[in-house]
Amino acid sequence: MGQPLIQLQDLVFAWPGQAPLLDVPAFQLDAGEAVFLKGPSGSGKTTLLGLLGGVTVPERGHIRLLGQDVAGLGQGARDRFRVDHTGYIFQQFNLLPFLSVRENVELPCRFSASRKTRAEQRHGSVAQAAQTLLAHLGLDDSALQARRADSLSIGQQQRVAAARALIGQPELVIADEPTSALDADTREAFISLLFAECRAAGASLLFVSHDQSLAPLFDRHLSLAELNRAAKPREV
Amino acid sequence: MYLFRLALASLANRRFTAFLTAFAIALSVCLLLAVERVRTEARASFASTISGTDLIVGARSGSVNLLLYSVFRIGNATNNIRWDSYEHYAKDPRVKWAIPISLGDSHRGYRVMGTTGDYFEHYQYGRRQHLELSQGRAFATDPFEVVLGAEVAEALHYTLGDKLVLAHGVAAISLVKHDDKPFTVVGVLKRTGTPVDRTLHISLGGMEAIHIDWHNGVPARGAGRISAEQARTMDLQPTAITAFMLGLNSKIATFSLQREINEYRSEPLLAILPGVALQELWSLMGTAEQALFVVSLFVVLTGLIGMLTAILTSLNERRREMAILRSVGARPWHIAGLLVLEALALAGVGIVAGLGLLYAGIALAQGYVQANYGLFLPLALPSAHEWTLLAIILGAALLMGSVPAWRAYRQSLADGLSIHL
Repeated sequence: MGQPLIQLQDLVFAWPGQAPLLDVPAFQLDAGEAVFLKGPSGSGKTTLLGLLGGVTVPERGHIRLLGQDVAGLGQGARDRFRVDHTGYIFQQFNLLPFLSVRENVELPCRFSASRKTRAEQRHGSVAQAAQTLLAHLGLDDSALQARRADSLSIGQQQRVAAARALIGQPELVIADEPTSALDADTREAFISLLFAECRAAGASLLFVSHDQSLAPLFDRHLSLAELNRAAKPREV
Repeated sequence: MYLFRLALASLANRRFTAFLTAFAIALSVCLLLAVERVRTEARASFASTISGTDLIVGARSGSVNLLLYSVFRIGNATNNIRWDSYEHYAKDPRVKWAIPISLGDSHRGYRVMGTTGDYFEHYQYGRRQHLELSQGRAFATDPFEVVLGAEVAEALHYTLGDKLVLAHGVAAISLVKHDDKPFTVVGVLKRTGTPVDRTLHISLGGMEAIHIDWHNGVPARGAGRISAEQARTMDLQPTAITAFMLGLNSKIATFSLQREINEYRSEPLLAILPGVALQELWSLMGTAEQALFVVSLFVVLTGLIGMLTAILTSLNERRREMAILRSVGARPWHIAGLLVLEALALAGVGIVAGLGLLYAGIALAQGYVQANYGLFLPLALPSAHEWTLLAIILGAALLMGSVPAWRAYRQSLADGLSIHL
């Protein structure tokens, strides 16, 4: 614990032919930390997540995940690195509607051998891991787990997405506005469940949202506008 | 393997479009195979309109012409041949059997053929099938007996014992009828699917009898007329016939005998090999058959383009699906593979369903087609040629599937993990 999980250094990113969108001198997220990053739309949030996921590479600077310089890896290796070490939760419609709830949770293990191995080591089998995680997130009913993912309520779907992000114990969970489609009550309940599960799995959490009211729940909160020098002039 | 399951699940999610797409492919595949099968069988059946006959001999003209009038009852002979020429070859030691035929009269648009009892014994069609009677018997010694082809009996509602009058000439409406000498139906042949079905068969004696009082193409009048009763007592040995068919003891003799007949000194004759003449005739009709094949190929192409359109249209609404898959670790080539598998699954289901439709169709139509068109469509497994066609269709589907695959690949690289709603 306490060692850096994400390290950004002098990161600059611009879409071709445009002014820099991101200019982050330094950012660090430690292992086991739960960080709230406030990012209104247009602040370069999506781009930053793309960089962290290794989908895009920066123009300058370094992105280190677990000490590995992601930008230095090839496309395929970045994809593999992402799924091995990161779980994602999006705003909404996170699930493949035509798969069952349990199959949705198992998806990362289909594409990442290391997450499959870890799920098996901890729970015996991938199916067992999915079931345990779903149970922890209050989706215990096995009939419900066998249902099509799109038959669930939005709140339930987000919990399924959380279980999917956590299966196979990735070191990092990135949540991009996961609560924006939820109402206020379910929102806090969801976040505390997410905290508990991240802690149990030993995963760090990077929670990106424009909703400042959630910030106090986290170990640390910062704003992308403060981090990103390129964003400042535009906010004026 | 998991990708294939995902592709199927995704297709099942869009089952209505997927069903229609696969159905369009199935119909086109069924059409292609049906055309192919009918084509093959039509050629085979055409080639087996007559079988077992080694040579057909008639007056010297063209081989297709001789084949047309002697076997297909189309057109007319340019000339008759003498009875003694027939006898000369019928007695040849190389000849196993000989069937004389005499044409020129008709009954309500159907051709009348004079022949001998040997016709029912030796004439073969299809896969060496002999003619069979469905009712009655072959004509016997009485000259005014007629055996009907299946279609004649059915279309004109004749049964055993009915009397009918033959018309002189082969025009559909003939002004000159042999109404003084009616014929009695003594037999009806089973359906063969060949021109035999459309023929009335009488004995050569009968043919001779109805023309016995004719001179220079017109019937005699008044005292010159000869009644049917009188005719029965007369010598009805014909002096000329239209053509004759030969079956030989040994096939090896076919060519030498053919040459001999073609060089026969006392009368200009033409001998043809039915198989060769049939091939010549078929090659004349081959163009239409190939056009049909080309059209059905285009129908398959249309089906596949329908599939391409359906997949391409779905791409945009499935960007979210792609982004989710990317976020759980699917690499761009996984996404591309997913779409190729989808195309393959649609084409595969289409092909299997097309085969199913084809076999169901054949099973249903087999009896009807055989009875009415003389085509036997076998319920056989696809031939090597048909497998090749199916493989080409699958290959084309693969090629088509790579178009949306490539687009999705580019798209998923550009979209990354951002979910477009």
